[in-house]
Parts: sequence; C-alpha cells; structure tokens
Amino acid sequence: MGSLSFLYFGTVIVLTAILVVALRKPVYSVIALLVMFFHIAGLFVTLHAEFLAAVQLIVYAGAILVLYLFVVMLLNVKEDDSYQRQVRLGIGLGLLALAEVAYIVSAAGLPEEPVREPAAALAAAGEKAAAVAGNTETVGRALYTTYLFPFEVSSLILLVAMIGAILMAKKGIMGPEAR
Amino acid sequence: MVPLSYYMILSAIVFVTGVVGVLIRRNIIMILLSIELMLNATNINFVAFSYYLNNIAGQVFVFFALTVAAAEVAVGLAIIIALYRGKNTIAAEELNLMKW
Repeated sequence: MGSLSFLYFGTVIVLTAILVVALRKPVYSVIALLVMFFHIAGLFVTLHAEFLAAVQLIVYAGAILVLYLFVVMLLNVKEDDSYQRQVRLGIGLGLLALAEVAYIVSAAGLPEEPVREPAAALAAAGEKAAAVAGNTETVGRALYTTYLFPFEVSSLILLVAMIGAILMAKKGIMGPEAR
Repeated sequence: MVPLSYYMILSAIVFVTGVVGVLIRRNIIMILLSIELMLNATNINFVAFSYYLNNIAGQVFVFFALTVAAAEVAVGLAIIIALYRGKNTIAAEELNLMKW
C-alpha cells in the first residue's frame, strides 16, 4: 500500500516536472506545475505531514500559482518560446548531476525504515503522546518554542518582499524616463 | 515501506529537472517556474527526512522554505513586470543590461 502510493505520486511528480520544463506555452507549464503541487501534497500526506500538505495546497497551489497565472496572462508575450541553443548540453549536465546524486545516495547507507529510536522505551509514553498531539500541534509547538526567532525573521522577510514588490512594480522604475 | 533513498532519488530528479529548465528556457517566467521546481524538490527531501528520522525540525524548515518561496515569487514577478514595461521583452538573452 505504502509503496504503491509512492509509485503513483512519484511517477506523476516526475512526469509533470518534466512537462513543466518541456511545454512551450507558459500557461500549460503552470497547469502542469499545479498538478505537481497536488501530488506533492499527497506525498506529504503519506509521510504523515498533514499540516504541510494543507499548507502546500493553500500557499503554493492557491496563492503562488495564481500569481504566476496573473503575470503570464498580463504580459501575454507573443514571441516564440523556443529553447536556448544549449539544450543538449543542459540535459547532459543534468543527467551527469543526477548520476552523481544517485551514486551518493546509494553509497550513503540511508535508513530503510523510519527510525523510531529506543522503541521499547519510547513506545509506552512518547509515541502515545505524539499520536494524541497530532501533526499540526507538533509542528506548531516546535515553531513557537524552539524556532520562535527564525519564525519572526521569516515574517520580516515577507514584509521586505512585500515592500520590494510594491516598489518594483510601480511605474517609473524601468520606465521611459529610466532608460 | 519505501526506503528513504527512493525519496531522495525522486527529489533529485525533480531538482535536476528544475536545473535543466533554468539552463534551457528563454522565457524568464519559465526560469522562475523552474526555481519553484527546485524549491519543491528540497521540500520533499525535508519531509522525507523528518518522517524517517522522527524529527519535526524538517517540517518546520519546509515552512520557512515556503515563506522564502513566496517572497521570491512576489519580488521576481515584480522584477519581470518592471522589465517588461521597460524593455518590452522577457527573453533571457535580450536582457544584457548588466553584461559588460
């Protein structure tokens, strides 16, 4: 069951990822990316990260892709969306990098099964508490205790990005008078 | 149960697809979409490690990666709109203003 769902989600993710890069029209690429985000969310559910699956759908599929669609349709570029000249070189380099990563992963000796360390000791108390708390509560507790400072910094990043986006999309930054 | 290395290979394939997309596409919007692919590949890795090593930190970091991705998209698309307004093109090789 677990490997079957991984097979399905993984296949669709890889296929749509290749489609995103290969399709010529940006709108089709964005739609392919939408399908990929849904399947990544499904993969997160099989990995027991339900909160992140929901966030993936809401933020990526809901907000970020709509922003992309807005810009693709707003600009409506009428140039040929062909590839660069170095397509073969790019794909060759990509395959080389993939082979290297595959070698590293195969040589690294990663765990086959999820680590549930000291199983006998923790099984009594810890596992039960984690199961009761649930995924969202666990993530929330970690976010607001251990990672409180990075959390605040990330809010600052969003603020700076908001100001920067407003400033740069304003008229006159790259307009006729700036040229 | 699927071994952890399968997830890493899946994420590597998606990441390399993103890299190839950045290399071969001419449209800047498509380059940004490829960067999005790469960010999602790292997210798959984070969540897989979080599950297999039984550590919640991976999921928290996906949260931060999401924040940075949202900021990157907002600023990147604003730059694209400003470029298009000024130069009337979003082909990557036409934009050589800072090339010497």
